[in-house]
Amino acid sequence: MDILTWTYLLVGLSFALYIGIAIWSRAGSTEEFYVAGGGVSPLANGLATAADWMSAASFMSMAGIIAFSGYDGSVYLMGWTGGYVLLALLLAPYLRKFGKFTVPDFVGDRYYSKKARVVAVVCALFISFTYVAGQMRGVGIVFSRYLELPIEWGVVIGMAIVFFYAVLGGMKGITYTQVAQYCVLIFAYMVPAIFISLQLTDMPIPQLGLGGSVAEGKPLLDKLDGMLLELGFGAYTSGKKSMMDMLMITLALMVGTAGLPHVIVRFFTVPKVKDARLSAGYALVFIAILYTTAPAMAAFGIYNTLQSTSQKPIAQLPEWVQNWEKTNLIQIEDKNGDGKVQYLADPQANELKIDKDIMVLASPEIARLPNWVVGLVASGAMAAALSTAAGLLLVISTSVSRDLFKTFKPSLSEKKELRIARFSAAGAVLLAGYFGINPPGFVAEVVAFAFGLAASSFFPVILLGIFSTRVTKEGAIAGMLTGLLFTISYITYFKFVYPDLNTAAHWWWGISPEGIGTLGMILNFLVCFGVSYLSPPPPKEVQSLIQNIRIPKGAGKAYEH
Amino acid sequence: MSPSSSHMKLYWKKNLQTLAILLFFWALVSFGCGIVWVEELNAYRLGGYKLGFWFAQQGSIYAFIALIFIYVIRMNKLDREFKVNEE
Repeated sequence: MDILTWTYLLVGLSFALYIGIAIWSRAGSTEEFYVAGGGVSPLANGLATAADWMSAASFMSMAGIIAFSGYDGSVYLMGWTGGYVLLALLLAPYLRKFGKFTVPDFVGDRYYSKKARVVAVVCALFISFTYVAGQMRGVGIVFSRYLELPIEWGVVIGMAIVFFYAVLGGMKGITYTQVAQYCVLIFAYMVPAIFISLQLTDMPIPQLGLGGSVAEGKPLLDKLDGMLLELGFGAYTSGKKSMMDMLMITLALMVGTAGLPHVIVRFFTVPKVKDARLSAGYALVFIAILYTTAPAMAAFGIYNTLQSTSQKPIAQLPEWVQNWEKTNLIQIEDKNGDGKVQYLADPQANELKIDKDIMVLASPEIARLPNWVVGLVASGAMAAALSTAAGLLLVISTSVSRDLFKTFKPSLSEKKELRIARFSAAGAVLLAGYFGINPPGFVAEVVAFAFGLAASSFFPVILLGIFSTRVTKEGAIAGMLTGLLFTISYITYFKFVYPDLNTAAHWWWGISPEGIGTLGMILNFLVCFGVSYLSPPPPKEVQSLIQNIRIPKGAGKAYEH
Repeated sequence: MSPSSSHMKLYWKKNLQTLAILLFFWALVSFGCGIVWVEELNAYRLGGYKLGFWFAQQGSIYAFIALIFIYVIRMNKLDREFKVNEE
């Protein structure tokens, strides 16, 4: 069978599986819709969190980003995994004990204020919309590359699938489809990685292959350093970013991860506090399988690319290079007319342009694997995009139905609330689809925005809400707004208003927009503390709420007010 | 037993101590070994890896997993000791 047939078959089968699961796990109550009834096992929640977390960008782009930035790419690896330590130790168990459905629920109750809750809803919606537009775009791109459909069609098909299981099943449907999606995506990522590792280094485990030796007995990484230096690039194992910027970006990504509402809400779905701790551990194991393989895929990818293109006659390039040239993901221009490819650091003389997504998307062909593996990678990329999109859409619909409607109209019956939740999920799918087809300028800057905002708005107020009994509603609101506005302004200034000035020389203390969330977080902490000590202490009920969430005993199911 | 009793204060204090120790190692493997001292550590090798590079792209992630599981075990024990565990 040819590649296209295999791709249709495998993507179709995976979609049928997701729809089947959705029908089997329909949500019948608001509790099932918001937190899957609070009865998800820690292992299943770990798997679902991993799929929820790993997006189209993790699957398709991360290896490529590392391949072209070498050591500098470590910020993503450490940042997007280290956040789970913060989540497991500082947030998840306490929020589970708190036992309601959303992050704004917690902010509203702990800070005894509807205003604080509304500020939190605005943050949650802003973060989630920024993120989901990128996912829908990702679905469209996978469709267009593998199934040769226009991007718009891909987005519409993706919307239809997510619509089906998110609207019907709510959190319950999403949880069990995410478990299936994790299995699909990790299998799809590992198969090419294992074969490429075997071919290059004789090691079946890519994590060992990265530290292994290539044919001439020289360590792969040393060989890569040498090849890149010869072409005028920096060494693969050392970076260009300043230490300050490395630290700031890594911390912003870690804290941002821990503050993302669609990740936090997954820990509301397990039965007990100790399950919340354990499932954060499982989640990180499942995430780490991909995240420790990605740097190996990155080094293998750039090594293979250099080996098969650099100084090679253009007429005799391998088939995969020619295939991906058709999609414009690889572009070759023989500037000096010598009939060979010169891949160089100097942009004037460089003749080869490679899109970062190639390192994963073309991996089955680079490793000369059978056609079905290509179809598998396509369905894996799709699983990664759909699972993250669904988790985000749930946060959006919950924010609308529960945090806005229910807060301002507490008499709302459960049946009506569920209907509003479904309608807002449907509305969110349509809006996300629209942004997928007409991506706003900020989609490419999702990383800077979503993580910077999560780090500078949510994380400090949730953390202080648990670990301090003195922080007040005035402090929390002022802190969230300061962090949010500061971070938005800094990113907007350098990314959109004056993109020409977006260089280390103009940044404050050498902190790039990607890392500015850290500074926003520090400001949030300072303002929150300062204003709290100037305002009257929180009332007695809140003091006892805090004491109560600090001990695991007595965590019931997620409950109604 | 009321949540604000001295018994509970001791539980909370031990919890905070556990967090402080684990977060120290969290920062040490990532910010320390992976970023601040990466050049120094790169003088040593781990197989085909330079050690600092290994910490930044592999080691810190393995350490994070270990830290969470140590936390889980330690807290389960602490919960039983202070009889605040769930049935």
